[in-house]
Amino acid sequence: MNAKLVMRGMIGFYIFLFFLYLFGPLLVMSVTAFNTPNYPQAFPFEGFTLDWFQKLYNDRNMMEGLRNSFIIGFGVVAISVPVGLAAAIIMSQIYHRARGLFYLVTISPVLTPGVIIGISTVIFWKDALSVTDFTKAYFYKGIVLSIFGQSSFVAAYCLLIIMARLQRFDRAQEEAALDLGASYPQVFWHILLPFLKPALVSASVIAFLSSFENYNTTTFAILADKTLVTVLAGQVRQGTTPALSALAVIIIGISLMGAITYEVMKRREEANAEKAKERAKIAERGDVGVVGGG
Amino acid sequence: MSSRFLVFLLPFVVIAIFWAMANREARLAHDPTHKSFFDRNGTALGVVFILLVAFWALFLVTLPYLYMVVESFHPKLPPAQRGGPADVVTIAQYKSFFVTPSDGSWNTNHMGAFLFSIIASAAVTALNFAICYPLAYYMAQAGTAQKVRLLMLALIVPYWVNEILRAFALRLLLASRGLINQMLMGLGITEGPIDFLGNNTGLYVGLSYAYLLVMVFPLYNAIESLDKNQIEAARDLGAPWWKIHRDVVMPYAKPGIASGCTMVFMLSAGSLAAPQFLGGPRTLWFTSIVYDFFFQSFNWPRGAAYAFILLAACIAFVMLMLRLFRVSLGETIK
Repeated sequence: MNAKLVMRGMIGFYIFLFFLYLFGPLLVMSVTAFNTPNYPQAFPFEGFTLDWFQKLYNDRNMMEGLRNSFIIGFGVVAISVPVGLAAAIIMSQIYHRARGLFYLVTISPVLTPGVIIGISTVIFWKDALSVTDFTKAYFYKGIVLSIFGQSSFVAAYCLLIIMARLQRFDRAQEEAALDLGASYPQVFWHILLPFLKPALVSASVIAFLSSFENYNTTTFAILADKTLVTVLAGQVRQGTTPALSALAVIIIGISLMGAITYEVMKRREEANAEKAKERAKIAERGDVGVVGGG
Repeated sequence: MSSRFLVFLLPFVVIAIFWAMANREARLAHDPTHKSFFDRNGTALGVVFILLVAFWALFLVTLPYLYMVVESFHPKLPPAQRGGPADVVTIAQYKSFFVTPSDGSWNTNHMGAFLFSIIASAAVTALNFAICYPLAYYMAQAGTAQKVRLLMLALIVPYWVNEILRAFALRLLLASRGLINQMLMGLGITEGPIDFLGNNTGLYVGLSYAYLLVMVFPLYNAIESLDKNQIEAARDLGAPWWKIHRDVVMPYAKPGIASGCTMVFMLSAGSLAAPQFLGGPRTLWFTSIVYDFFFQSFNWPRGAAYAFILLAACIAFVMLMLRLFRVSLGETIK
């Protein structure tokens, strides 16, 4: 018993250390966002201020970067989710032996360092888009290239997420619909897509987040434009200001809210499921009662 | 330009191979009930699917890679001379990795940086495995469902803060005026500040910190499906805890271990933020060198050659690891 208690204490201590490592730096950074000195310092705490948030809001570069990040994020979702879906469907229907090669081609961007994806995107599209003056003028842009570069690996993430759900799809549903006279497009829109909806939603979220946070690929593909992350990188390189901490506080705040909402929703869902089960039981008993009574 | 545009032919060869494979398969395993791709999806949707995937596989994945490789076999030229007589095929860019072009001496700087990046990435991978394995095991086998979900959320939230800001947070801790040095000096443990960034501690911590999650999740997924009874049985038969892990849990979780280690290694070797923001002034990380070729000396072909060397080394390392662990690539990425 005693040994078990010691073991438990050790596990608790280890988990404490792990999360200290995970959260410690972020906590210290958050404190510096509210401290007055120009150099981000957590200790000693010289005075409470919100000036750094004001500074952040007035930073033109940052705001422009934020706007571009959103555009690129939506662009990446618009390309990679449909591509991931199409690839998952093809993958599930392709001949067995071709599957290996197909898998290798489509999955290789996940394993390729982001730096290399960024470089190859720029080198290729610079020449490919220079073929006509029109494409060079309108498409050889940081935003377009970033969308292309990021989509190459984000689409692979989407493929993996959608594939996981597609594997659980019961082909009999499709057969049934076809037998009942549905056309192929109808089967796709009314049966397959609704079934895949949860996977499509999570693929979109993951796609947007990975695009928004990407640095390695974007720093090459963005050319002369900027995204939030490349602006941040430039500022960190030049020096440190508490305005960066302020930005981190905002991001942490948003993600905490997201996490809490998720947890609350999950609990409510569970409670509802529990209730529904109860109700079903009662109803069943009621039926039996009615039959018995009649 | 012609040698560059030869690349565009290659994808068609690949498509032809696929086509031939499909036809051969259809002939070998003739099945009258089997429907063709277009029969199964309808013509319009089938065409859309194929176009989408073709655009991705050709224009976003294969062609850029191939084009980069081709570029790396060309000399650095001003734009006007590209495609002219001076635009020859050459291995000069690869040679420059081994021999400095200006004076013909061994290029120890770059080769050293390359080796350092690979070794440091491997070390960080091992470190992260050691840090994450106990947590993954605890979450997968010991924790209750609710606790696991909370831990999971606690793991994910810090990862919504992007890489740059996380590096920045670590810098605030590790800088010479940072909190850790303040504490050490305040307690009288050291006289002056320790240069954590200069001696590469910052780099290692930064890499490990950045990719913790990438290690935890595959490990958790792999261990989670292990039947608890197997562990119980081992325990009842008198196996000490370390033997249970060595002989029962780890062999079972091998695909997860391989997957986590592969991802952490690849990400570390290719990482740009940690070495840029947490490395010392004398730290030469391989990706930083590649970065400088693009943004400081504007030598794209040489940058492309170095990028390809990095890619080849990473692939070789991963293949070696998979061979050692006896896992297939398909098991690794799930």
